[in-house]
Amino acid sequence: MNKVLIITSKEFRGYFDSLMAYIMLFIFLGLTGFFTWLYGTDVFYTNTASLSPFFQTAYWTLFLFIPALTMKHIAEELKTGTIELLLTKPISYWQVIIGKFLATWLLIVVSLALTIPWYITIANLGPIDHGTVITGYLGLLLMSGAYISIGIFTSSLTQNQIVAFLLALIGGIFFQILFSMLASVFDGTLGNIFEYLDLRGHYDNITRGIIDSRDFIYFLSVIFISLAGAEASLLKKNLK
Amino acid sequence: MEIVVKELNHFYGPQKALDQLSFKVRTGEILGFLGPNGAGKTTTMKAITGYLTPSEGDVFIDGISVTQNPEQTKKTIGYLPENNPLYGDMPVIDYLIFAGQLQGLEGQKLKDRVREMVRVCGLNTEKHKKIGELSKGYKQRVGLAQALIHDPQVLILDEPTTGLDPNQIIEIRELIRQIGKEKTVLLSSHILAEVEATCDRVLIINKGKLVADGTPEELRKQASGHEILHVSIGGEEDKNKIFKALQDIPQVAVVDFRNDKKSGFEVQSKTGESSAKSIFDMCVNNGWYLTELTPFEKNLEDIFREVTKEQ
Repeated sequence: MNKVLIITSKEFRGYFDSLMAYIMLFIFLGLTGFFTWLYGTDVFYTNTASLSPFFQTAYWTLFLFIPALTMKHIAEELKTGTIELLLTKPISYWQVIIGKFLATWLLIVVSLALTIPWYITIANLGPIDHGTVITGYLGLLLMSGAYISIGIFTSSLTQNQIVAFLLALIGGIFFQILFSMLASVFDGTLGNIFEYLDLRGHYDNITRGIIDSRDFIYFLSVIFISLAGAEASLLKKNLK
Repeated sequence: MEIVVKELNHFYGPQKALDQLSFKVRTGEILGFLGPNGAGKTTTMKAITGYLTPSEGDVFIDGISVTQNPEQTKKTIGYLPENNPLYGDMPVIDYLIFAGQLQGLEGQKLKDRVREMVRVCGLNTEKHKKIGELSKGYKQRVGLAQALIHDPQVLILDEPTTGLDPNQIIEIRELIRQIGKEKTVLLSSHILAEVEATCDRVLIINKGKLVADGTPEELRKQASGHEILHVSIGGEEDKNKIFKALQDIPQVAVVDFRNDKKSGFEVQSKTGESSAKSIFDMCVNNGWYLTELTPFEKNLEDIFREVTKEQ
């Protein structure tokens, strides 16, 4: 079996062994279900067959939950010393990191897949724009990928899971809010750079159905650069 | 498979952990690696397993460089790190399967090896428990089992018996002895009796340098160039008189009162000579009788202290 998949399957099963997966699924489905069907601007209040309240809630739930899912990935291995076991096996740092990334992403895919029944029921209630639903899911998957990789990077910086969690959250807030605020403060090149870094802008483009390669490149670069950062941070520890 | 450690230097910041360390471990040998805390044992082992890249120098396993081809050398090594880190959340059997898969085992071969390891390491009753729930002795066995899962030719064990009770220590030692018959084993420890009991050859390092190398017998011989006898004599009240008589024997170099609370003397002969017969004759001549005449052998502990003491 591929080395990456060995790590992925171990980590993915680890989520279920430690109850983390069940908590994640329970809260994710609970919150999104509550706001889609029961409270606030839910389908019955607005009287339109739309999944937009679902996407809103899903977005913020994932934003807060992903750092909790990624915080232990490397920090715990550094703390307990199991990283030494792992890296003295014939497997590369990169394979370990990609394996862990895919495990968390797979859990998000499972969570999102379990919300498909709501899409089906709402589609039965009235006319729904299928295109925006598909791009909505796509946006969530890409956004999750970006935040998972940021979480893995911060997890590689410290042995303390709580520190890793907070760093990931702070990183998330930068990409979510602060870069766009900075973009409105500065003009010229600096402003453009901050505007490009703003994750929410790219996410909105995709969910609005504007399929532009620049947005995809943005998400893939965030994922790649963060994971490469995690690898560099592990390599640096090894050289000491 | 032969391990060759070649001129290893390593720095932790300004601190020198390894200083031109070179040695060889031959195929089929169990080598004991001794040294005080902080001597560089663990650093050396990490360099051999490829977890740490040494500042200078290299390690070769059957001629293959660890720093150049780590993927290749890692396949031949089974490693039990210091403090035996394990995934506490994983069931024993899942963990062994995971370790086997990482070493490239698959299908029936993987199943067979896992079953074999469970048997060899005596994990049968515990195999479905989570590792975190096991006692320390069983955790150590799991650590050994994961190191052995791919039947490695080289085994690196960093303090394999720390924290075990005497029964467990003997079991683990027995296991290492068994395994060591066909494999190249490097075992670090600061329990000297353990090294004496399990190892064919002993290396002692201090401050990153090699200070002694040989079989336990060789080291003992090296350290005790002179015969040392513990002598107790009865039939005479005045200790000083006996002391003087002993000193007058021509083969005797130094006489000392024993400092370990027992009455009697410690008699060191001149190099290459034995004074046992003369002591006996002296007693006969004076009408005294011997209550003790024991040749005193230096044990590894003394040798260890001698070569590692602060200059």
